[in-house]
Amino acid sequence: MDWSLPLNASTQGEAIDSLFWLIFWITVTALVIVEAGVLWFLWKYRGRKGRKARYTHGNATAEIIWTAIPALVMVFLGIYSGRIWANIRGIDSFPENALTLEVVAKQFEWNVTYPGADRMLGNTDDFTIRNRFEIPVNEPVVVMLESEDAIHSFFIPELRVKQDAVPGMTVPIWFQAIETGEFQIACAELCGLGHYRMRARVVVHEPDSFEAWYAERSAAATASP
Amino acid sequence: MTRKDWTRGISALWVVAIAACGGGGDAGGAGGAESAGGEDAAAGGDAAPAAAAPAVDPAVAATIAGGVEFAGVHPAMTEIDMSEEPVCLDKYNQGPPTTENAVGMDGRLANVFVYVKEGVSGEYPTPSEPVLLNQEACRYLPHVQGLQVGQTLLIKNSDAVLHNINTQPTANRGFNISQPQAGMESRREFSRPEVMIPVKCDVHGWMSSYVGVVSHPYFSVSDMDGSFSIGSLPPGTYTVEAWHELYGTLSQEVTVGEGETASITFGYSADMANADVPMEEPLVIRHAHAGEHETAVVAGAGR
Amino acid sequence: MATIVAEATGTPVLADEHHMPFIRKYVFSTDHKVIGIQFLFMSLFFLLVGGLLSVLIRYQLGWPGKAIPGGGAFPETMAPGGIILPEFYNSLVTMHGTFMVFFAIMPLLVGVYANYLIPLQIGAHDMAFPKLNMASFWISIPAGILMMASFAVEGGAAGAGWTSYAPLSARPDLSGVSLGQQMWIVSLVVLGLGSLLGAVNYITTIINNRAPGMTWFRLPLATWALFITAILILLAMPVLSAAMIMLLFDQTIGTNFYLPSLGGQPLLWQHLFWFFGHPEVYILILPAMGFVSEIISNGSRKPIFGYHSMVFAIIGIAFMGFIVWGHHMFQSGMNPALGMSFMIATLVIAVPSAIQVFNLMGTLWEGNIQFHTPMLFAVGFVMLFVIGGLSGVYMASTPVDIFIHDTYFIVAHIHYVLLGGSLFAIFGAIYYWFPKMFGRMINDTAGKIHFFATFILFNLTFFPMHGLGMKGMMRRIYDPAQYEHLSDIQDTNTMVSIAAIALFATGIYFLVIFFWSLFKGKRAPANPWNATTLEWQTPSPPKHGNWLEIPVVYHGPYEYSHPDMDRDWLAQNERPDIVSPAHPGRTAQAQGGGGSDGGAVTGHHHGRSGVSA
Repeated sequence: MDWSLPLNASTQGEAIDSLFWLIFWITVTALVIVEAGVLWFLWKYRGRKGRKARYTHGNATAEIIWTAIPALVMVFLGIYSGRIWANIRGIDSFPENALTLEVVAKQFEWNVTYPGADRMLGNTDDFTIRNRFEIPVNEPVVVMLESEDAIHSFFIPELRVKQDAVPGMTVPIWFQAIETGEFQIACAELCGLGHYRMRARVVVHEPDSFEAWYAERSAAATASP
Repeated sequence: MTRKDWTRGISALWVVAIAACGGGGDAGGAGGAESAGGEDAAAGGDAAPAAAAPAVDPAVAATIAGGVEFAGVHPAMTEIDMSEEPVCLDKYNQGPPTTENAVGMDGRLANVFVYVKEGVSGEYPTPSEPVLLNQEACRYLPHVQGLQVGQTLLIKNSDAVLHNINTQPTANRGFNISQPQAGMESRREFSRPEVMIPVKCDVHGWMSSYVGVVSHPYFSVSDMDGSFSIGSLPPGTYTVEAWHELYGTLSQEVTVGEGETASITFGYSADMANADVPMEEPLVIRHAHAGEHETAVVAGAGR
Repeated sequence: MATIVAEATGTPVLADEHHMPFIRKYVFSTDHKVIGIQFLFMSLFFLLVGGLLSVLIRYQLGWPGKAIPGGGAFPETMAPGGIILPEFYNSLVTMHGTFMVFFAIMPLLVGVYANYLIPLQIGAHDMAFPKLNMASFWISIPAGILMMASFAVEGGAAGAGWTSYAPLSARPDLSGVSLGQQMWIVSLVVLGLGSLLGAVNYITTIINNRAPGMTWFRLPLATWALFITAILILLAMPVLSAAMIMLLFDQTIGTNFYLPSLGGQPLLWQHLFWFFGHPEVYILILPAMGFVSEIISNGSRKPIFGYHSMVFAIIGIAFMGFIVWGHHMFQSGMNPALGMSFMIATLVIAVPSAIQVFNLMGTLWEGNIQFHTPMLFAVGFVMLFVIGGLSGVYMASTPVDIFIHDTYFIVAHIHYVLLGGSLFAIFGAIYYWFPKMFGRMINDTAGKIHFFATFILFNLTFFPMHGLGMKGMMRRIYDPAQYEHLSDIQDTNTMVSIAAIALFATGIYFLVIFFWSLFKGKRAPANPWNATTLEWQTPSPPKHGNWLEIPVVYHGPYEYSHPDMDRDWLAQNERPDIVSPAHPGRTAQAQGGGGSDGGAVTGHHHGRSGVSA
């Protein structure tokens, strides 16, 4: 195993990964300062006979410095993360004219409802496929996430997507794939004894191959209602 | 405050804790420590007065045999997309697997559970040999079967994938267990009669099976040509019921004399689809069908 | 024989221990020290149980689907032929978390040391309510038995995770567990009642029973931390109990608090659980911080750096701990706008934690550091807690949390905080206060071997889990090989499992030296570490009633290396002639002036010195 994040295949993944590595460098810096400081102090001030420790109860300047610096870093991280978060999950961030799919999780499968030929969910030409989630590349996709029984979590590692599917709620999320390929949906929330095997195929198509697949499935669905 | 008061207070807390535990268990329907062993479970259930069933002289034993007919066209069988389980898919060399909730030869209906509903009295010994429910190629084999109260249901996984066996009966205690590896076996018994108990695998949503639990050995399941046969009956008058997962129940009364074979026919038709399929124990006072039963049927029918 | 009147209860207590039947002295004892020791044995037992469960978990992850050697003894419903079943695995992770959080770490920190230390550190004869104290222990026993027994019932033990998210936890048809889940609920409600009894007691005792001169800002940090922790328990635990009872009703009598089919709301459980659960995290870390502060100050032979800022950091963490619960729910379907405010609060709460770590470093700076075993564990705490704290920043940042939520990154984080943090502090505390509790020493070399083995194996076990999380390995997953993106991590998992099993073995080694020292350890003097706080100014172990005469306090808790003394420590209750500063950064200040701390030496605390010899 190498120490890396999996391949990223979505637009939001770029933002998430860059933030991850930013936090990585901040925390590694802090970690090195503290660990090296502790080890250095342990060595330098190791106990010796006849020596006495410095008698001090603290230093107000030092306290202010090490309160202010972490506070500033944290506030910066908060604001920066908040902007990215708003771009991913904010109510205004949802693109118009996105392909909208409905995903209903149940023990232990993902049922994906496609909107049919008219590209509108909620009418008779919709069709549902079990455990197959096929989308076009470079096109925003909105998923209306629901669950029938327990709480599940819709996790596609390569697309950097994770959202709990909660019974009684419809949670919308959106994302846009930037790489074609085959991935998997994994369930990330303990949902029972088959949790570890609640997976579905994800296919990110080139636009024309998606259209071909979609037309075929659409036609098949209309033929056998 | 004296020490005695305190001691009493603590004892009271104990009682509350224990009561809450016990009470919770009972209300949940899973309380008590029931042995997993077959014999104990077999003795359970509120069977009729313990009059041993009359031994049937083979010379005079009667038989009810017949067929299940089906008017109309069977609904088209839907292909099951098993591509996610190559281990299972590879076991099908003659075309892809299909759904199996309404099958049979033309004009016939298979997988109908036929059993004597009324007219049998006494207690019947529990057969010692188990009834097999096999999970093979991501299907249940057989799809419909019966067994006696207390008889062991041997559940076996013949696939190298995870199956879970989830059953939530109404009269019996349910279970939801898993078999992650090929060759695993579990044994379960049902302590009360119940027709039918749906069994499902939540990992493979297409997998479904029905088990009829009867207090006597007089039951059968129709073949592809619709035929069934219930033998070794003492002569008498019986109410025979047929049960199908999609088309519901039919029943008729039949009288058989010594050594006779009575022939009966159940007639189902395509327009009985989506009938109200009862899912509860026979031989007790009937309840009105509650909503939850319908839910179970819808799930079982896979629509 | 001296009879001492403990005013708060009006109950006479004996300074000499004879004339007490065994059952009153060691079983149904009202002596805070005996109760603390009872909690110690109980929670060490459950630590062992939780550890055993983790070995089973790691066995399955290290060698998925392989039979446990000698595992044929397991019942068919758990592990037929030694092969762990998924439903048993779910029970294992659930019960491992439950035992560790509620029956091991929490009672080790609070049950053991709040009981044992508070009266000794504040100079009181006993708790304000000794019988309530006894009840709080004896209530925990049936709770523990009930929890253990749930493994044996049909359907097995609870399997919905230690967080028991509804509806999985509320619907037996989904989980396959019914009675086990109900026993889990009842057990934790009962245990919670015990915690509440304890919390009321600690708060009352610290407010009312401090010795003359023991002002708020002369309280040792362990007592401060335990005081704030008790307030957290008092405010958070009832919420958990209420949520649990609602869950029990959903299971048993058909209510629908958490079931959406009839208008319930699954997220309600999560809000209630985490409203308790996040303060719980601080319940599990603040006392650890307190113990480590004591030990580091002692080991460095230096006053704690920034005593006041430590106290305010503890208080700050405690209050902010109540407004960050939503950071467990960023991906739960909660309104994303809410995620924003919880993120800011969560990032800000990192600041007081950082202050504590920096103050501990400041205490090491220019010290005269003694490397005894407790000090090693305390320094180990600092080094590991920092990793746990910093990895928390990733989760706090909502966009990054999208990816690492519910992965092994979180598993690594919580173990760095609870094992590397809390448990290291607990080990430090056990080594530090063992001489006081049992009158015997634990061999220092044996302790050091324990420390280094634990430290190395802990990191080998849990550090790679960050990497597993980065690969996207989900929590509570029975067999990661089922997923393509996790196809190349089996070697790491196997290595982690080997380290984890070895780590468990160090725990067994600890138990051996613990019990060996209990009977064969060298006799301990009253103050083996040359420490300043009051508990070290009584014999080891202290007699029933703690003090023949209530001590009078003249100094802050950590007067090490005072320039006016040759010796490098000044006990809180000695040498009224030497002046020690009450505030950091200020020059020495006169005692008894009734300053802002209300620092009176004598007289004010009327009724508290009622000693009739």
